[in-house]
Amino acid sequence: MAQLFPPSSNSIVKAAFAAGALVLCLAVWVAYRVERTTYFTKAGVACEQPVPFSHKHHVSGLGIDCRYCHVSAEDSSFAGLPPTRTCMTCHSQVWTQAQMLAAVRRSAETGQAIAWTRVDRLPDYVYFDHSIHVRKGVACQTCHGRVQRMPLTWRGYPFPFHMKDCLACHRHPERFPREDAELARLSRGFPPGERGHAAALAEHVRLLTDCYTCHR
Amino acid sequence: MPCPREAASLVLALAAALCACDRQLGHQPKFHPLDPSPFFSDGRSSRPLVAGTIPLDGPDPALATGIKDGRYLAAFPYPVDRAMLLRGRQRFDIYCAVCHDRTGSGDGMVIRRGFRPRPPDFTDPRLMAAPPGLFVDVIANGFGRMYPYEDRVHVRDRWAIAAYIKVLQLAAASRFQDLPGQDRRALEALK
Ligand code: HEC
Ligand code: HEC
Ligand code: HEC
Ligand code: HEC
Ligand code: HEC
Ligand code: HEC
Repeated sequence: MAQLFPPSSNSIVKAAFAAGALVLCLAVWVAYRVERTTYFTKAGVACEQPVPFSHKHHVSGLGIDCRYCHVSAEDSSFAGLPPTRTCMTCHSQVWTQAQMLAAVRRSAETGQAIAWTRVDRLPDYVYFDHSIHVRKGVACQTCHGRVQRMPLTWRGYPFPFHMKDCLACHRHPERFPREDAELARLSRGFPPGERGHAAALAEHVRLLTDCYTCHR
Repeated sequence: MPCPREAASLVLALAAALCACDRQLGHQPKFHPLDPSPFFSDGRSSRPLVAGTIPLDGPDPALATGIKDGRYLAAFPYPVDRAMLLRGRQRFDIYCAVCHDRTGSGDGMVIRRGFRPRPPDFTDPRLMAAPPGLFVDVIANGFGRMYPYEDRVHVRDRWAIAAYIKVLQLAAASRFQDLPGQDRRALEALK
């Protein structure tokens, strides 16, 4: 009986293994890329909201500060969404007949909260705190993108909040613009005296990149 | 043929891997602030305070509202220093300037877009003579069509804003001759 597999089939099998490994690598790579497309991260995709609230009109157009509505961003882990009463401080007098605001008026009358669709959410195993970032002078836009240009809110570039995005800054805090004197302090080296700037910065970065900082 | 011990650990490892797929750690059964809850009829997990709740260590009502025995407090209970005025300016620009304008003229952006009535100019003689307690009272309790801001402006900040409004009034009332030489030269250079 002739041999079922001629000697050449050895190389075919080898090639098949190599191709298989290649396809596997490709599949992993594609999955990695796909998971980071805006389809999955939702970055840049406007959320449907019960009231078509526009940061563009209120922040760029009227010049309202973020903290007028997101009151607790400075003092607590949670930035907070404005209660209906905050809208009514103005909308009790302006645009009182607008159809767009019917849901806000209904909420003010009945006391039933407006159910905003949440845009940014981290998994529960991540600990995040707004107050430390805001107090250290990290601007809202560094993480949330140009909110003041959003007619409807979306997850802002450049941070759709993957671990690498947090780490990019925690590894090199001195590279990101800050609003206050903190940056100057960082580049001067903070404890005046024996510890040099490089050592102080390295210690700072070690604390900021410790797993326990964000997973506690 | 693997021995039973190895088979068991293999099954356990597989089970652990499958648990991880569930992402339980990413969606823990707990409420974040403002999460909805089907348990309460209004659908909120964050419960509103029961009417009449009195904070155990709340601030002195006189400090919070600027009124003591029916009269406006005339003196600042906190030291008025540079830090306080800077804080007052920051808070004023966040919470008041949209209507009162950064100079206190009462011609802020929201007023220009149709909010009525117009707020008074802070250089109004009645307000110029007003004690700081009046401004703290307006922030805490509102005034006419202006809503109260007690939910957004802390007690200390209310006094800081009141102090800053006094600064705005002083600035609006001062004449060119009253300025220190340095500021006068800076203004002249602008001309
Ligand atoms: C400080 C005053 C102020 C607050 C607070 C405010 N608005 Fe407005 N809003 C305005 C003004 C003024 C306009 C009219 C804009 C214009 O004329 O360009 C407006 C317009 C709108 C419109 C009409 C469409 C648009 O974008 O122009 C919607 C919808 C709206 N606001 C929703 C809200 C909601 C929801 C809140 C509460 C979270 C809120 N606003 C809080 C002042 C305010
Ligand atoms: C007039 C009130 C108002 C002001 C001023 C305002 N916001 Fe908002 N913001 C809202 C409301 C209402 C929502 C919820 C609806 C939505 O997502 O569009 C919101 C949602 C958001 C969200 C998404 C939150 C989530 O996870 O659902 C971010 C981020 C945000 N705001 C950032 C900002 C920043 C940064 C500024 C200042 C540049 C700002 N906001 C100014 C009212 C305001
Ligand atoms: C260091 C990055 C960073 C900065 C700076 C930052 N945020 Fe956020 N913000 C986040 C993250 C991450 C979340 C999602 C939090 C979660 O899911 O627990 C978030 C969530 C929010 C939300 C939704 C409510 C909440 O707290 O979960 C609002 C509103 C918001 N941010 C507004 C602001 C405003 C206003 C500022 C500036 C004063 C600001 N943020 C600054 C990262 C940031
Ligand atoms: C643009 C820069 C920047 C980004 C982006 C950023 N952080 Fe931070 N983070 C900081 C700075 C600065 C501090 C304060 C460090 C200090 O001086 O103590 C900080 C502090 C923290 C702390 C507190 C550490 C402590 O000791 O209590 C936590 C937790 C944290 N960040 C989590 C996160 C998470 C989670 C993300 C991603 C969603 C993130 N950060 C994104 C700059 C950033
Ligand atoms: C600056 C904050 C920060 C630090 C420090 C940090 N992480 Fe994370 N980590 C995150 C965030 C944010 C996510 C959520 C990412 C997402 O949703 O895609 C995450 C997710 C993860 C996940 C889950 C990944 C997934 O896709 O399910 C693991 C595992 C993890 N981190 C391990 C670690 C380890 C190990 C360290 C220490 C070497 C560490 N992290 C340090 C912020 C941080
Ligand atoms: C939404 C617009 C708006 C905002 C924001 C606002 N005000 Fe007013 N304010 C008004 C209006 C309108 C009046 C006049 C009310 C009336 O006559 O019914 C007024 C009146 C006043 C008066 C005069 C009271 C009197 O006795 O005549 C003071 C003082 C005042 N506001 C202070 C403040 C301070 C301090 C803040 C910031 C915490 C602030 N306002 C924020 C609209 C606003």
